Amino acid sequence: MENNKGSAGGFARHRREDLIGKTYTYICVLLLIIVITAIVYFVASKGLATFITDGVSPVEFLFGTHWNPVGDNASFGALPFIAGSFIVSLLAALIAGPLSICAALFMTEIVPGKGKRILQPVIELLSGIPSVVYGFIGLTVLVPFISALTGGDSIGYGVAAGALVLSVMILPTITSIAADALASLPRGLREASYALGATRWQTIYRVILPTLAPSLWTGIILGIARAFGEALAVQMVIGNAPFIPKSLLTSASTLTSVITLNMTNTSTGSVQNNVLWSMALMLLFMTFVFIIVVRLLQRRNKL
Amino acid sequence: MQTSTQPRFGTEELSVFYGTHEAVKKINMEFPEKSVTALIGPSGCGKSTFLRSLNRMNDEIASARVTGRIWMDGEDLNDRDTDAVTLRQKIGMVWQRPNPFYKSIYENIAFGPRYHGTRSKKKLDEIVEQSLRRAALWDEVKDRLKESALSLSGGQQQRLCIARALSVSPQILLLDEPASALDPVSTGKVEELVIELKKELRIVIVTHNMQQAARVSDYTAYFYLGNLVEHDDTTRLFSNPANQMTQEYIMGRFG
Ligand SMILES: Nc1ncnc2c1ncn2[C@@H]1O[C@H](COP(=O)(O)OP(=O)(O)O)[C@@H](O)[C@H]1O
Ligand SMILES: [Mg+2]
Repeated sequence: MENNKGSAGGFARHRREDLIGKTYTYICVLLLIIVITAIVYFVASKGLATFITDGVSPVEFLFGTHWNPVGDNASFGALPFIAGSFIVSLLAALIAGPLSICAALFMTEIVPGKGKRILQPVIELLSGIPSVVYGFIGLTVLVPFISALTGGDSIGYGVAAGALVLSVMILPTITSIAADALASLPRGLREASYALGATRWQTIYRVILPTLAPSLWTGIILGIARAFGEALAVQMVIGNAPFIPKSLLTSASTLTSVITLNMTNTSTGSVQNNVLWSMALMLLFMTFVFIIVVRLLQRRNKL
Repeated sequence: MQTSTQPRFGTEELSVFYGTHEAVKKINMEFPEKSVTALIGPSGCGKSTFLRSLNRMNDEIASARVTGRIWMDGEDLNDRDTDAVTLRQKIGMVWQRPNPFYKSIYENIAFGPRYHGTRSKKKLDEIVEQSLRRAALWDEVKDRLKESALSLSGGQQQRLCIARALSVSPQILLLDEPASALDPVSTGKVEELVIELKKELRIVIVTHNMQQAARVSDYTAYFYLGNLVEHDDTTRLFSNPANQMTQEYIMGRFG
């Protein structure tokens, strides 16, 4: 029936289809932009209300170490949580980074066929486990273990437990990015290095890793970003004390853990609630920072 | 222990298998000093495989197995006791696609010597300059040694790869279609370079281009399905091939 129409009819139909497709994509994009703008606006307006409406000093919020949100002498120093977030995320990356890169090297360089067949599903499984399960395992296994290691001096909850749980959670992120980067490397680079008499280890260390440095850093930054945003699992093992941690074994809090713990027992519009939004704003801001860093690294990657 | 059957540098009954597939079959060949030997033959006949086995690069391919002997000054390079890492210093290699490291021009050349123990900055500078001069690239890059090697043109990158191979002072240079990804001008420069370099070392070059083989080589070997069909003086092989198959291949190629 369509065939009976002349080429002019076909042309008109193609134009119409084209128009429908275009309109549809534009609507979708517009919707996305509206949602994102709304979220940013909402978080920002709530988060800034702490400082504008409630008169909390931003300096106190960012640098104050005293957190006591109720009562007449309330103080809103969020530095312990900001510090907590950075400390556990960086520690997690410090643990997971080298492990992930080794795992990726193992899969692609050292035992390519078999290594990949065994490790790949394990890594995928790790990335699919819900965070509450990680938290639960951390709580049941890791916390008592750490406590036992210290001979009962510590209760086991704290920075070390948080960082360890997070490091397992970000392992898949970094490993898969590193493995993809390794696989994308031109085969000729390895050959050139071997042909000059370099051993496999020298080739990995002097040619492969430096060439991939920007990609590997991208993986690590994305891992840190994931750790920074993780709430539940951390909250279950970190001990939730509002202090800047003095050692790996002291309890602490992170921005996310404070938000999840307090969001339901504060009333909307109160300063106690608004200050949680300020922390959310801080998280949003950090996300932007991580994205910008990744972008810069990718630009370097192109050389 | 050197017997008359052992070439100074060459192969004896050299075969290469990929799994059970015999890609190179019992090759006996000698590569004379200060000369260029061209390997020609249709695609897939085993030229690259044979070339790679000469500096044991097939060790890096899990499915590959090499039997027979590769003689170099009375030593069998294919012996498991011969260290592939040290022999590769003596036998350099360059591929079809330029493959510079993602490093500066200087670091590309200094990479090899560093591994073979040269630490002094002055000595490294010397090696870098000398290698680049030998590869006829020095004048083009002497003011930009710190720039990324990837900023060079394709032809310059290939000469950089040749300079890199020369940096560890090899006695033999293996070239696998070194000019087939380059433009005619760059190809000409690489050919001139090959003719210049053969004054000092042995060169084995794989090429698809009969004119190129005729221009640069002293000896030519025709491979077909993993067999060495004919190996002779280049002029004789092109003007008066002994073998019918060689003649047909050359005729078809010269067009
Ligand atoms: N890495 C490899 N694994 C398995 N077979 C290979 C490999 N490399 C080459 N071959 C096979 O060996 C034969 C010779 O290939 P090659 O040496 O590349 O030929 P040429 O360089 O003359 O074109 C071909 O049949 C090819 O398919
Ligand atoms: Mg080939």
